[in-house]
Amino acid sequence: MKKLSSAKLNEFFAAIAASKALYLPVDNKSGKAEYKKWEAGEEMSKALNTVRSAKDFFFPQTENLMEFKMDGKRVEVIDTRAEAEDFVIFGVRACDAASFKILDSVYLVDPVDSYYKTRREHGVVVTLACGKPAETCFCKVFGIDAADPAGDVTAWETDGAYMLRANTEKGEALLDSVGALLEEGDEAAVAAAQAKTREIIERLPLSSLSTEGLGVGKTAELFDRPEWKTLSEACLGCGTCTFVCPTCQCYDVRDFDTGNGIKRFRCWDSCMYSDFTLMAHGNSRNSQVERFRQRFMHKLVYYPDRNNGTFGCVGCGRCLSRCPISMNIVKVMKTMGGKNK
Amino acid sequence: MQEMMKKRAIELLANGTCDRVLGWTNGDFAYDQTPALFRTEQELEEGFVYNGFSAANLSKYLVKECRAGGKILVFLKPCDTYSFNQLVAEHRIKREMIYVIGVACDGKADVEKLKEQGIDGITAIKEEGDTYVVSTIYGDKTVKKEDVLAERCVNCKSRKHMVYDELIGEAGDVIADCGRFDMVEKLEAMTPDERYEFWRGVLSRCIRCNACRNVCPACTCEQCIFDNPKSGVAQKAAANSFEENMFHIIRAFHVAGRCTDCGECSRVCPENIPLHLLNRKFIKDVNTFYGTYQAGEDPAAKPPLGRYEKNDIEPGEAGGVKA
Ligand code: SF4
Ligand code: SF4
Ligand code: SF4
Ligand code: SF4
Ligand code: SF4
Repeated sequence: MKKLSSAKLNEFFAAIAASKALYLPVDNKSGKAEYKKWEAGEEMSKALNTVRSAKDFFFPQTENLMEFKMDGKRVEVIDTRAEAEDFVIFGVRACDAASFKILDSVYLVDPVDSYYKTRREHGVVVTLACGKPAETCFCKVFGIDAADPAGDVTAWETDGAYMLRANTEKGEALLDSVGALLEEGDEAAVAAAQAKTREIIERLPLSSLSTEGLGVGKTAELFDRPEWKTLSEACLGCGTCTFVCPTCQCYDVRDFDTGNGIKRFRCWDSCMYSDFTLMAHGNSRNSQVERFRQRFMHKLVYYPDRNNGTFGCVGCGRCLSRCPISMNIVKVMKTMGGKNK
Repeated sequence: MQEMMKKRAIELLANGTCDRVLGWTNGDFAYDQTPALFRTEQELEEGFVYNGFSAANLSKYLVKECRAGGKILVFLKPCDTYSFNQLVAEHRIKREMIYVIGVACDGKADVEKLKEQGIDGITAIKEEGDTYVVSTIYGDKTVKKEDVLAERCVNCKSRKHMVYDELIGEAGDVIADCGRFDMVEKLEAMTPDERYEFWRGVLSRCIRCNACRNVCPACTCEQCIFDNPKSGVAQKAAANSFEENMFHIIRAFHVAGRCTDCGECSRVCPENIPLHLLNRKFIKDVNTFYGTYQAGEDPAAKPPLGRYEKNDIEPGEAGGVKA
């Protein structure tokens, strides 16, 4: 355990940024937090979490996969893959840190997604334990401890200092590289901060949400439930929930005609969209009820089915606060689950 | 108010005036209401809510509901009635299938504004006179309603319903000096570079979630051209950030003269992009060039951009590039 005096925070950032690109949440002009590359003078946001999740670092909204250049009858295939640069993300919350594992289970299994992998390998994640959880937080429901987030380094904000604990080799290397700024950490201060956070988590209105009736093997039971219709009735099919969600992982691959060649790009997709998984015969989910059901069945049943019961939601609450009509996974769980009535 | 509305809905359901009711239902935290259909007295008793957080404009849902047949009762705030009229004018909804109850409105609250005041962990909100008493896990707080008024309500153009079959609450007035063009004027006064910076700045936050488009009562195309893979301009990903920004400008053009300034786009944007300013610029220009016009005021009025007159303004006449 190491300790960084709060007064030295900007020095700490500068020291990291000297060798690696450093990203951290800062307030944008609308007063909302977003990840931004740190530069001298940049203040870390006090917000609990960012509007967009931290998944953007590993799974960006758009990226070019490869290019084709046409020259008469010759087609040149250009591999645009490049090693990612080393980077550090500071201030990731426990929920988002847990979402990386979920993304890994999709992108790092055979066939490994090399675009994703290089970013994972070059990224160092410094998490920050939550001090003031919001009513929309329900990480606890999925066994995530907001007071002890994962990541390469875990940080806690205590009185006048940040306590830092390296969890991985990458994390240790990072702390070593800025060792001159650090002192010996204070375990007791961390324990106190943790106790405080956990006490708040207990009192959150959604912490008692039950997952009973959801999860492994529930497809047959839940698929045809009539409530899907009423739950999805007001859904706009906008996809906001999927774009702000740290665990939503679907993408589309398309070709873009550049005039003298093709750029093959990948971009986020959303099961809420009418052209999602569009095939020659048309869309496999023709109504918004089916599309809506897909999003929640994926998180609450299909993903756990294939991942030893782990749910595909980390309880970050973004879909609760950002859905234009306030329909969300909690309302689905309360309606479809067993013990929430 | 809520009880009066509920009672009336139950009566109208019972006497066959309607077979379903479009309103709002509660969520988990008192502010997260969802538009909902109620088909029985019991559903209304259990789920119907109306309070300072019943913000969603319900008129667009009527497009879908009219297709389903039957007779629908809908509750509309003053601003929503403009959208309603516009949808009638564009033949997207059938007036005779809908029973409209206008509900008086003194402005809706924006929970984001509550949160900006440092209020977090909200568990309940109670209206008391001109304040909200907010219970949170970190203690109770009282805020003045006017301090957490939604952006669109700060510059509300009209508390008067443009259409209704009956009214609950007192009839309001059009607010001529609402100041909704003040910010547009500020933008107009900027240099082109400053204005460009402003728009590039706010639009750079866009995540292209499409919430603004999908919530918009003027956006009722069966399939948006940007979603149609056969259109050649489908835009799941933009080639560059400028193309991304252009989406909003094109959309604003498409709803020009039809946008009623209901404010839904800015309300739903997860990135707080002031989209209403784009639309207000068009409204202001239409007023200047074609005479004062308010979309949704009168469904029989001829739309300024949907008709031609010999003395119409020519390209370049108002400045800018001559054709
Ligand atoms: S659930 Fe909400 S955010 Fe998601 S697509 Fe439907 S309306 Fe949009
Ligand atoms: S489904 Fe909602 S709460 Fe769960 S991880 Fe995604 S955005 Fe967060
Ligand atoms: S969901 Fe949990 S980890 Fe995420 S911000 Fe809230 S309290 Fe922190
Ligand atoms: S814009 Fe006016 S009518 Fe509409 S909700 Fe706000 S105050 Fe009410
Ligand atoms: S709602 Fe906001 S973020 Fe979403 S597409 Fe519209 S402007 Fe962009």
